Amino acid sequence: MSTSILIVVFLPLLAAIIGGLGNRSLGNVAVKAITTGALFISCGLSWPIFLGFLSGETIAAVVPVLDWVRSGDMEFGWALRVDTLTAVMLVVITTVSALVHLYSWGYMDEDPDQPRFFAYLSLFTFAMLMLVTADNLVQMFFGWEGVGLASYLLIGFWFRKPSANSAAMKAFIVNRVGDLGFMLGIFGTFLVFGTTSIPVILEAAPAMSGASVGFLGSRVMVMDVLCILLFIGAMGKSAQLGLHTWLPDAMEGPTPVSALIHAATMVTAGVFMVCRLSPMFETAPVALAFVTFIGAATCLFAATVGTVQWDIKRVIAYSTCSQLGYMFFAAGVGAYGAAMFHLFTHAFFKALLFLGAGSVIHAMHHEQDMRYYGALRKKIPLTFWAMMAGTLAITGVGIYWLHAGFAGFHSKDAILEAAFGRGTELGQFAFWLGAFSALLTSFYSWRLMFLTFWGKPRWAQSEHIQHAVHHGHDEPDEANPARQENAGHVAMHDVPSPEQAEGTAGYHPHESPVSMLIPLAVLSLGAIFAGWLFSEAFLDSAEFWNGSIYYNDGLIHAMHATPLWVKLTATIVMLAGLLIAWFAYIRDTSIPGKFVEQFGLLHNFLFNKWYFDELYDRIFVRPAFWFGRKFWKLGDEGGIDRFGPDGAAWLVAQGSAGARRFQSGYLYSYALIMLLGVVAAITWVLM
Amino acid sequence: MGGLPILSLMLFVPLVGAIVCLFLGAHAARVTALVTTIINLALGILLWASYDIGGAQWQFVESQPLFAGFSYALGIDGIALMLIVLSVFLMPVCILASWDGIRDRVGIYMSAFLFMELLIIGVFAAQDLFLFYIFFEAGLIPMYLIIGIWGGDNRIYASYKFFLYTLLGSVLMLIAMLWMVNDAGTSYIPILMQYDFAPGVQNWLWFAFFASFAVKMPMWPVHTWLPDAHVQAPTAGSVILAGVLLKLGGYGFIRFSLPMFPDASAQFAWLIFTLSMIAVIYTSLVALVQSDMKKLIAYSSVAHMAIVTVGLFAFNIQGLEGAMIVMLSHGLVSGALFLCVGVIYDRLHTREIARYGGLAINMPKYAIFFLLFTMASIGLPGTSGFVGEFLSLAGIYQVSSFVTIICTTGIILGAAYMLYLYRRVVFGLQRNEDAAAMPDLNGREWLMLAPIAAATLWMGIYPESFLAPMRQDIAVLDARLARVAPEYDSAIRIGTPRPSAANQVTDEHGAAGAGDAHGAAAVANGGIAGEGAH
Repeated sequence: MSTSILIVVFLPLLAAIIGGLGNRSLGNVAVKAITTGALFISCGLSWPIFLGFLSGETIAAVVPVLDWVRSGDMEFGWALRVDTLTAVMLVVITTVSALVHLYSWGYMDEDPDQPRFFAYLSLFTFAMLMLVTADNLVQMFFGWEGVGLASYLLIGFWFRKPSANSAAMKAFIVNRVGDLGFMLGIFGTFLVFGTTSIPVILEAAPAMSGASVGFLGSRVMVMDVLCILLFIGAMGKSAQLGLHTWLPDAMEGPTPVSALIHAATMVTAGVFMVCRLSPMFETAPVALAFVTFIGAATCLFAATVGTVQWDIKRVIAYSTCSQLGYMFFAAGVGAYGAAMFHLFTHAFFKALLFLGAGSVIHAMHHEQDMRYYGALRKKIPLTFWAMMAGTLAITGVGIYWLHAGFAGFHSKDAILEAAFGRGTELGQFAFWLGAFSALLTSFYSWRLMFLTFWGKPRWAQSEHIQHAVHHGHDEPDEANPARQENAGHVAMHDVPSPEQAEGTAGYHPHESPVSMLIPLAVLSLGAIFAGWLFSEAFLDSAEFWNGSIYYNDGLIHAMHATPLWVKLTATIVMLAGLLIAWFAYIRDTSIPGKFVEQFGLLHNFLFNKWYFDELYDRIFVRPAFWFGRKFWKLGDEGGIDRFGPDGAAWLVAQGSAGARRFQSGYLYSYALIMLLGVVAAITWVLM
Repeated sequence: MGGLPILSLMLFVPLVGAIVCLFLGAHAARVTALVTTIINLALGILLWASYDIGGAQWQFVESQPLFAGFSYALGIDGIALMLIVLSVFLMPVCILASWDGIRDRVGIYMSAFLFMELLIIGVFAAQDLFLFYIFFEAGLIPMYLIIGIWGGDNRIYASYKFFLYTLLGSVLMLIAMLWMVNDAGTSYIPILMQYDFAPGVQNWLWFAFFASFAVKMPMWPVHTWLPDAHVQAPTAGSVILAGVLLKLGGYGFIRFSLPMFPDASAQFAWLIFTLSMIAVIYTSLVALVQSDMKKLIAYSSVAHMAIVTVGLFAFNIQGLEGAMIVMLSHGLVSGALFLCVGVIYDRLHTREIARYGGLAINMPKYAIFFLLFTMASIGLPGTSGFVGEFLSLAGIYQVSSFVTIICTTGIILGAAYMLYLYRRVVFGLQRNEDAAAMPDLNGREWLMLAPIAAATLWMGIYPESFLAPMRQDIAVLDARLARVAPEYDSAIRIGTPRPSAANQVTDEHGAAGAGDAHGAAAVANGGIAGEGAH
């Protein structure tokens, strides 16, 4: 296994370097073939590792690569750790990444900068693999920052667009706020345990669960403070409430990027971290309560915002944020297996939804506003069925008595049962928020489907469609038509009614090319079967996890012992959400408009994402610039320089001006001064 | 290393080169300077290769008594070795950076640079207190000339400010040195490093040295000479200023203040922490609002140097080694960033950020290098910036969580100002036709940036090469500081471990057992509140 894991991790790096540096000299096709080929090889090698763990044949191993830092007691190296938890992440990352590479052949076909795009994608994959194979916290941080860099570069891929640049910067800087917590967590861990090696820390953690440490002048429980600091890092990367603001903006990146980074892999890194460190978190009750609360709150918050957005990608982005909340509160109540299971299934159906959305956007000539969609079911049937599979999976369609359903049915139900079965008040709180969010999930997912694929065509008013119709669809009138993705935002603040002018404007949507449809098909299979196939192993098997996460046997029993109504809750709210969406967007399309009129304030609050961006702008961004200017003009120039060197210079100048007056060059004045001097000297001597 | 006086040779080569350059025409002077610096680079690599890691503390020792106890004594330990290697590595790059940019009085310019190389190597190699002082202060003169003669429009003001600030500190340092030699009876630095001055006296001596080193560093609030000096200096001047001259302050702290006055250092550690914390926040925010590229990078240097000072005064191995790596890394990275500014300054003759934009379109190679150095400056893991910052901050965390939190905000603010700079210069639309017409890197520029990029990655991925030579010297220093190391406010107190995991659900039916676990959690909560009262 050691050779294959080295290939799995480093082949994408090699491809990224060749593709990135070879860029123009190699040409589009060569770079695309190299990077995509590398990813398919990685993927092909990852599945056997995962299946080996599934059958119990493979045992966990660490493959050392190189020393990194040795400083006193602090030693850490580059090494690749493979155990069950890593193996799960390996298949998720390499599979989605390989499919996204393939999909991008079609989606980015018209872009002039394709080699750069593919090199970034491969670089991202490498960093993500380094993250999940980390054997110490610092290498995990390396991967953590590496994916952050790749995310920054890919969000800002269309660097000519100011909005893309802002979004890229925002993603990096908001993540850095989380990283502050992560770094402090690593420092604290080193202080307490004298090492950054994850297995050593996990082993030593229970003995430290009663220890206290000084932190900011007060004494606190050591494990709580460490876990909360590390979790702040997870909050940044996984876009949890408070540090979530970058994720919706990250949709400025090309859609394949959204599918790979901002849905399936990078944003789940926080969940992975909490699961990886689960024995440590289990020694920190306050930290776990915090994790549960933040997870549940994010779950609800993002779902509420998702219900009123018009941009198809933003709806899915908020949905991602909300689903991550589920994973976190599952971890918070101790159901790490359920958290990882939802991560696993979510990767397939969310990547599918994003790539499906990309296919719709592709078909609609880069229009992203759902108000200009409608009636696409017959026009792009394959995309429709793929999106349908994704929607059935995310809303959790399934039949309890048969133990059969789409992917989300298995994983989301398990999370709700765990929260309820945990038996604490916080568990109850998470359960109810989770259940209500499931209703909203069902509502916004079906709303998306109904607005896009049902009803009558509303394409006529879309600028993109008009552009396509007037200029001929495939005419390369712009260097990069894909760059217009998201340019339709101007219309966002119109009266939010789906009753736009109807009509096709003579436009004919076209189904996407095969390179885009194959990934949709593969991911559809995942969305349909991943839950059913693997639920046994992920949820109920201590042998499968084999100590790579904290396995909570008592909680598993409690989950199974929950009352029937708890087990059916998810299905009931799913049906309710579907019903509401059907009434509002199929049966009587005037309902949403009336609702907005009635509850304008609430709608604005949700539509503006609870005003987080405005708040942060006022309390962080503007004051930073204000203070910067004040420090510079009043501090440096008006204070230090004025009284320091310039003041000294002024004094010298004054002094020399005084001295100059004495050196007039007139003989009589010298004589006078001499006389006065002599008189003074004599007087002094005589006295 | 046989009898080859390699350190003297490294002083002699630039001396000869400097004198020859004075009499040569422009092109011949350039070639001579380049050859001279490359010879010295080769000697530096030889020095590094033949340095015996784990051997004697002072190696390549040469000593020639002169008069009145003053002697020509040279010798290096691992710390000096790494700084010498950094200096000789950057010198050929500086000569290349001045190749086309400097057109008048080329001979004198090259001569000034070679003199500077001589003096810088001298500072790091000197083992006699007065020899050190001479090299340390004389280093001002060529820099003063470089800024004052080949600088920008406001060069006179900048060079005078630079001179005034640095001179002020050094007068006090000279007085302190005289007193020390008188008291200890020797001017030999290795002996002085072991000598225990009376604690009361240490305070005064410490302050006298502090005045000089804080200006060189520079620490807030004596940093205001740096932005002006950088803005006015020619590109190569900025590189050497940021790359090597700023390291003299840090080297001074680690060579003099810490080992010679440990008690005073411990006593004034909080002064250092306070100034450093202010510097990180203050100068980072100032960097954010700059519209001049060089000023922005200059202010960022002040913030980075603050990480060096907190690391040094953490009094533990991680802090000290981290501080050294930050110094080396900053020497490479900020030097490279000034080179990046120089590349486009040579084309457009402005440092105004707003004049650029969209360079990724017409200068893609340049964009890659600039991105790498930006990320290294931000401290992305895998680059040199991370290793230093991480160790330094991990060191200070063992002393105070408060100082660490304030200083670690530098990673957020650093990302903000550097990415904001990168976005305005490299991304976005091409706003000006002349900026859009600039050609990508030529061979000479590629030759300057590529070695630094390689070194940045090397130091980030395998810093062992750089840490190993210094390890023993840092350990010696750490041992000397051990008795004065401050009481940790983040000390751990071991309590009774919790009986079970937080989410342990023991009962078959869940609810009751979960209640128990919840009870345990409540006890732990109470524990926090109770402990807080101590």
